[in-house]
Amino acid sequence: MSGPEPASVRGDALLPLRFDGVGLRRGRATLLDGLTFRLDAGPITAILGPNGAGKTTVLRLAHGLIAPTSGRIEWRGGAVRARRQSALLFQHPVLLRRSASANVRYALALHGVPRTVRAERAQAALAAMGLEAFAGRPARELSGGEQQRLALARARSLRPTVLFLDEPAAALDPAAMRELETAILRLRDEGTKVVFTTHDLDQARRMADEVLLLHRGHLVERSAAAAFFSGPRTDEGRRFLERTLHS
Amino acid sequence: MGILEGFQTALGLIAAGDRELLGVVALSLRVTGTALVGSALVGLPLGAAMGVFRFPGRRLVVTLVNALMGLPPVVVGLAVYLLLSREGPFATLGLLFTPEAMMVAQTALILPIVVALTTQTVEDLWGEYGDQLRSLGATRVRALPTLLFEGRAAVVTVLLAGLGRALAEVGAVQIVGGNIRGITRTMTTTIALETSRGDLALAMGLGLVLMGLAVVINGGAELLRGRAALVRT
Amino acid sequence: MTRHLLWLLLASTTISLVGCGADPEAATGDAERFITLGSTTSTRDSGLLDHLDPLFEADTGISVRVIAAGTGRALEMGRRGDVDVLLVHHRPSEDAFVAAGDAPYRRDVMYNDFVIVGPPDDPAGVRGAATATAALEAIADTDALFLSRGDDSGTHKAELALWAAAGRSAGERGDGYRESGSGMGATLNTASELGAYTLTDRGTWLSFRNRGHLELLLEGDPPLRNPYGVLPISPTKHPHVKFADAEAYVDWLVSPTGQAAIAAFRVGGEPLFFANAAQAKPAAAD
Repeated sequence: MSGPEPASVRGDALLPLRFDGVGLRRGRATLLDGLTFRLDAGPITAILGPNGAGKTTVLRLAHGLIAPTSGRIEWRGGAVRARRQSALLFQHPVLLRRSASANVRYALALHGVPRTVRAERAQAALAAMGLEAFAGRPARELSGGEQQRLALARARSLRPTVLFLDEPAAALDPAAMRELETAILRLRDEGTKVVFTTHDLDQARRMADEVLLLHRGHLVERSAAAAFFSGPRTDEGRRFLERTLHS
Repeated sequence: MGILEGFQTALGLIAAGDRELLGVVALSLRVTGTALVGSALVGLPLGAAMGVFRFPGRRLVVTLVNALMGLPPVVVGLAVYLLLSREGPFATLGLLFTPEAMMVAQTALILPIVVALTTQTVEDLWGEYGDQLRSLGATRVRALPTLLFEGRAAVVTVLLAGLGRALAEVGAVQIVGGNIRGITRTMTTTIALETSRGDLALAMGLGLVLMGLAVVINGGAELLRGRAALVRT
Repeated sequence: MTRHLLWLLLASTTISLVGCGADPEAATGDAERFITLGSTTSTRDSGLLDHLDPLFEADTGISVRVIAAGTGRALEMGRRGDVDVLLVHHRPSEDAFVAAGDAPYRRDVMYNDFVIVGPPDDPAGVRGAATATAALEAIADTDALFLSRGDDSGTHKAELALWAAAGRSAGERGDGYRESGSGMGATLNTASELGAYTLTDRGTWLSFRNRGHLELLLEGDPPLRNPYGVLPISPTKHPHVKFADAEAYVDWLVSPTGQAAIAAFRVGGEPLFFANAAQAKPAAAD
C-alpha cells in the first residue's frame, strides 16, 4: 500500500506528547490545573475519572482543538499542535448528510489526499471496519454502532499517529461496543497510539495498558493498568475502583 | 365577468400565445430569476460567513440584516430610484426604467432574506458540526461550503422565500421600472394596472396565473429537496 | 457536493433564461430609437397614448416609452430629468415648470373634461345641479360621501380649484369628505364600494370596467374642462435628454396630423379629447 509510513514509524517521530503544568481556566472556573505527564508510543492509555473530572478537556487539548491557559503541550520536535497527525472521535459521531463513503472522502480531502486516491482509501477504510456494504448508503441511516464505526473508519483513513476517543462506546449497546473495542485493539496492534476516556471501569479493564486518573481537574494517579486495577496507590484510586469517587 | 371567467380569459390569452402577456410573464421570470441568482451568489457565502465567524459588532449586523427583511418593497424601490435617477449618484449607468433597474431593486429585496436566514441556518449547523469539522482539520473558511451543502434543504427554502417575495412584489418594480408597456411591465404591475382600470376579473385571473407559476416553481424545488436528502455521491 | 449546488444555481438561472428567451423585448437592446414620456395615470388609462404613440412611431421611427404617475410625480420626474418630455394637465404647475427653466416652453395640445359620478340614489341632488360648484356645495351641505384623490394629481388639483371656487376650505366640505391617495381607477373602485361621489376625467370613466354602483351625474360645466400641455425637458438643465426627438413628439402632437389623430380617438363611440393646439410656437423661456 503506497502512502505515508505506518503509524508506528511516525509515532517515533511525533511521540511522546508532553503535558507540562497544563491548566485551563474558563472565566472563574478552573477546569484543569497543573497537569504534567507524557504519552509514549505503544500502550493504550485510558484516562479515567468521574464526570466533570476534565477527561474530555484533556483530549481536546491534546488534539489541539483548544489551547491551554497555562503550561505547555508539546509533541516531539517542538510542535505545539499536530492536528493532522492525530484524530479525535467524539462520544456521539457527527456525520455529514452524505453517503458513508462520502464522509470518509471528505476527511481525506481535508487532509490533502488527491482526488484519484480518495475513493480507494475510503473503500479500504470502510472494509477494515466491515462497513463496505454501506459505502453508498446515507451515513445517517446507519445504526448507532455502525455510525461510530464509520467515524472510526474515517479517523483511520487519515492514518493518524494518535487516535483520541472520547467515551467511545458510551452510546452503544453491548454487541456494538464489543465490535468497536475489537477495532480499537486492532489499531493498537497496527501501531497507532490510542488514548481514550471512559467512566466505564469494565471497559477500562478490558482495553487499557496504562491508566491516568483525573479528579476535579487534577491528575491524581498514573500507573500501568494491571498495577492500578490490582492495587491503586492513592486514596482517590481506591475510591474510584469502589465506585465511590464523586465529581 | 366573474373571477372564474377572468381566470379563463387570462389562461386563454396565454394559451393563444398572446405576445404581450407572454412578454409580461417572461419579464417577471427574467427579472426575479436574475435577482435570485445574484442574491444567492452574494448572500449565501456572506450569510454562511456571518454564521461562522465572530467579529466585533456581529450582533448589531445580524439585527440590522434581520430588520432589513421587513423593508417594504416600495421603500426599496424608492431608494434604488433615487440612486439611479438622473440626479442620483449612479445616473451615468442609465439604468432607470429598464429591466436591469428592476433586477437591482429586487436583488436588494431578496438579499437580506438570504443573508439573515442563511446566517441562522449556518450558525446552528456550526454549533452542531463545528467541533467535528475543526477536529478533522477544517478551517472556518473551508467549512463554509460544507455547511452550506449540509444545510441544503434549508438553503433551498431560503431561496424559495426570496423568490416568493420578489415574484409577489409590485412596489419596487413599479417605481424603478415605470411599468412601461412592452419594456418593464411585469405580472404584478400588470395586475395593479388592470385593477386600477377596473378590470378586476382579468387582474384576478392574472393573479391566479402568477400563483400557478409559484406553485410550479415550488413543486420543482420540493422534488429537488427530496432528491438532495438522499444524496448518493 | 458542488454538483448539487451547481444544480440549484442552474435551476434558478434556467428560470431567468427561460424568461430571457421568451421575452420578445430582451433581444431588442438599445438599437431602438425612443423617447421617454412622463404622463399621468388618467391619460394612460384613457387609452389615448396607446392610440397615438404607434402613429407617431410610424411617422418618425421614434417609439415612445410611457411612464405614468400622478401629475405631481410626473412633474418631479421631469424636474429630475428622468424623462424627455411631459404630457400633463395642470396649467399652473406647467407654467411654474417653465418659469423655473425645467422646460423651455409648453404647448397646448388638447383638452378633455371632468365629470362628477356618484351613487344612483344621489342624496345630494347632484343630478339637478346647475354648476359643478353648486353640486359640490350640495354634497358638503348634506355630508354626503365624497372621495377625493388626494394625491396631488391633475384631477385632484382640478377638484381643489372647484372647492376653492365654492369657497369651501379643507374642513368645510362636509363630514363625508374622504381622500383615497390613489390613482383614478383605484379611487373609482373605492367610490363604487362606498357609494361615494367623486370627480373623474371622462376618459377613465368611459373605459372603466367596474362602475358597479356609480352613475354619471354632472357634466359639461365649463370649469370642468381639463386642458393638457406638452413640455419638452430643458436640454440646458439636463444635457442628456433626447431634446430633438422630444421636440419631434411635441411638433407631431400639435401638427394637423397629430391633432386629427387626437380628435379621431373614440371610446365607446364618443370622442374623448378635443384638439386645441395653437399653431405658433411660444417664445422659449430661457
